[in-house]
Amino acid sequence: MAFAAFSTATSPSTEPVARRRSPVALFLLLPGILYLVLFFLTPLVSLLLTSVQAPREFGDIGQYDYAFRWQNYVEVVTTYWPHIVRSFSYALAATFFALLISYPLAYFIGVKARRWPLLQSLMLVLVIAPFFISFLLRTLAWKQLFSDESFVVQSLKALSLLGPEAHVTGTAFSVIFGLTYNFIPFMTLPLYTTLERLDVRYLEAGNDLYASPFQVFRKVTIPLSMPGIVAGTLLTFIPAAGDYINASRDFLGGTGTQMMGNVIEANFLVLQNYPTAAALSIILMTVILVIVSIYVKRSGTEELL
Amino acid sequence: MAVGAFADRGADLELVGIEKRFPGFTAIENLNLTIPAGSFFALLGPSGCGKTTTLRLVAGLEEPTSGRILIGGADVTNQKSFQRPVNTVFQSYALFPHMTVLENVAFGLRRRKIGDPVAKAHEALLLVELDHLAHRKPQQLSGGQQQRVALARAIVNRPSLLLLDEPLGALDLKLRRQMQLELKTIQEEVGLTFLHVTHDQEEAMTMADTIAVMNKGRIEQMGQPQELYELPKTAFVANFLGQSNLFTGPVVGATSTAIAVDVSGQKIVVPLGRAHRVLGEVTVGVRPEKLTLHAQAPTHDDGCNVMGPGRVIDVSFSGVSTQYLVAVPGVGTLVVFAQNTAFGPAAHVGAEVWLSWNIDHGFGLDDDPDDAPRFEADLDTQTIARQRRSSLITELEEA
Repeated sequence: MAFAAFSTATSPSTEPVARRRSPVALFLLLPGILYLVLFFLTPLVSLLLTSVQAPREFGDIGQYDYAFRWQNYVEVVTTYWPHIVRSFSYALAATFFALLISYPLAYFIGVKARRWPLLQSLMLVLVIAPFFISFLLRTLAWKQLFSDESFVVQSLKALSLLGPEAHVTGTAFSVIFGLTYNFIPFMTLPLYTTLERLDVRYLEAGNDLYASPFQVFRKVTIPLSMPGIVAGTLLTFIPAAGDYINASRDFLGGTGTQMMGNVIEANFLVLQNYPTAAALSIILMTVILVIVSIYVKRSGTEELL
Repeated sequence: MAVGAFADRGADLELVGIEKRFPGFTAIENLNLTIPAGSFFALLGPSGCGKTTTLRLVAGLEEPTSGRILIGGADVTNQKSFQRPVNTVFQSYALFPHMTVLENVAFGLRRRKIGDPVAKAHEALLLVELDHLAHRKPQQLSGGQQQRVALARAIVNRPSLLLLDEPLGALDLKLRRQMQLELKTIQEEVGLTFLHVTHDQEEAMTMADTIAVMNKGRIEQMGQPQELYELPKTAFVANFLGQSNLFTGPVVGATSTAIAVDVSGQKIVVPLGRAHRVLGEVTVGVRPEKLTLHAQAPTHDDGCNVMGPGRVIDVSFSGVSTQYLVAVPGVGTLVVFAQNTAFGPAAHVGAEVWLSWNIDHGFGLDDDPDDAPRFEADLDTQTIARQRRSSLITELEEA
């Protein structure tokens, strides 16, 4: 998804190639096209059609007829607008915190640790290491750590940092925390790849031209690492907006922290209200698409990629 | 450095007892150097001699292990690089790829909050004749154009001291010559102090008022280009700055004006004023273009040193002059440059020749040439031509 968004920006360079259409190129593209038609286009169309279905008259729960009931969308937005807003604000907050934590980390690994390649690879392994354990297990582990009887919460209560009736699980904090924690590697790795290639001579040139270390960071380092920032934030924001594990009541969430993913899951699997779930999915996709295209356009990273 | 104001003129640079150690080696040892305001100073030396480290110390990109750096009388040793009234033209140019040429040039002005940065940047670009490319990105320019943008980006700030780190290294020969003249003109126009680091002796000699030849972290000799060339103090300088024929032998006689050195039975006279050492084993030398070839033994003349007979072992034509290699038994191989004033070479390979030179053209070195092996400048076109030739000959023989 993120890469599809970038490819439009770099299309001018592929133009002359496209003009010389060759049957071999089409033939080579065939498996990919077939795959996309079968596994992307077909489900998408089916989803679109489902989203405007109407309940069958005198039918059972979960029985719907093809119709053009666009009111589904109005109903979905009026019913679930808090979830929609919550999804995007949680995802935004998680992306922000992940960037805040990952940037210094990636800067250290990619720039400061260049002189010690062993340390560099060790730290990279540590960033990737959590992937060796299922993220469901890791999220469950956090639930244990944040549960009311846990050492952490008990200590905080003993220190009066938390009220006697306070909980950590089921709050916005724990959901955003979980999202941030789970997506940090997706933020760190693209940042690392750009920062690792950062030419420190540009930073020296900035220093030489009267820019203080902070100004060099703002005017030189940040713009030069923009491709990594864009890729990392997209890789975090997009899946975080649709996430339904962290916010689920079985994990770190509660009734007041349900996100779009949870609503879609409930409507599809529990309530069997397929049109509502489909309409929500379409809304989620569209909003993400709009946000991402504006973001990529505004960040102006086309020539740095 | 005051915000919002230019340095009104160039400033002196003074290095006092600078030492720079890196783990495992010493890059610079006890360097003392004064560069007067408004001069064009060149630090010349082979790669790894510490000249770039010196430049980085002045720019504030490295910290000296000990010693002090003074710019215009003010101690800047503890100032960070962004606080120093110094700008650098980097070897790699280091133009910011995410900014236009204009924004690159205006960068320093904006940081110092100098009024009307865009107009001043345009002015600087006009000076290097690139104003028409102001809105391009650096990567859309050629190497020579990027070099000029880097220069404009530095001089637009009117620093008290401009540092040039082999900025012409990446350019081809013709463009380099052109840029050398332009740099010199700009320096005279703006009146800044230029400190230029290079390994190209020709570049240093054409541009600089004063040259310091650096070797192994120390300054071997410092002076005006002509002075350095005509009267080198060490074998390193004699061979790095142009080529030299060097002879070693004991001093066998001395008068009030000259000393005589015995080199394998041949007597070489050097004026006392041009000899650094006058006792014991000394090394004397003469530049190749000062030698004259003779087909017969020249008649004895008090004003000339004569050497020979020797045999011509190589003749290479290089347009303006012809280079002869003459093997003199017991002395070694001598290099002779002869102007091509007559048509055809003056001597052929295998010919027996005598060499002579005016006594006043000889010089006596301060050190023993055994300490510093003969150094052949790699960028010397003559050396390259000779190597080409010998490799071609071996290739032909193998075929």
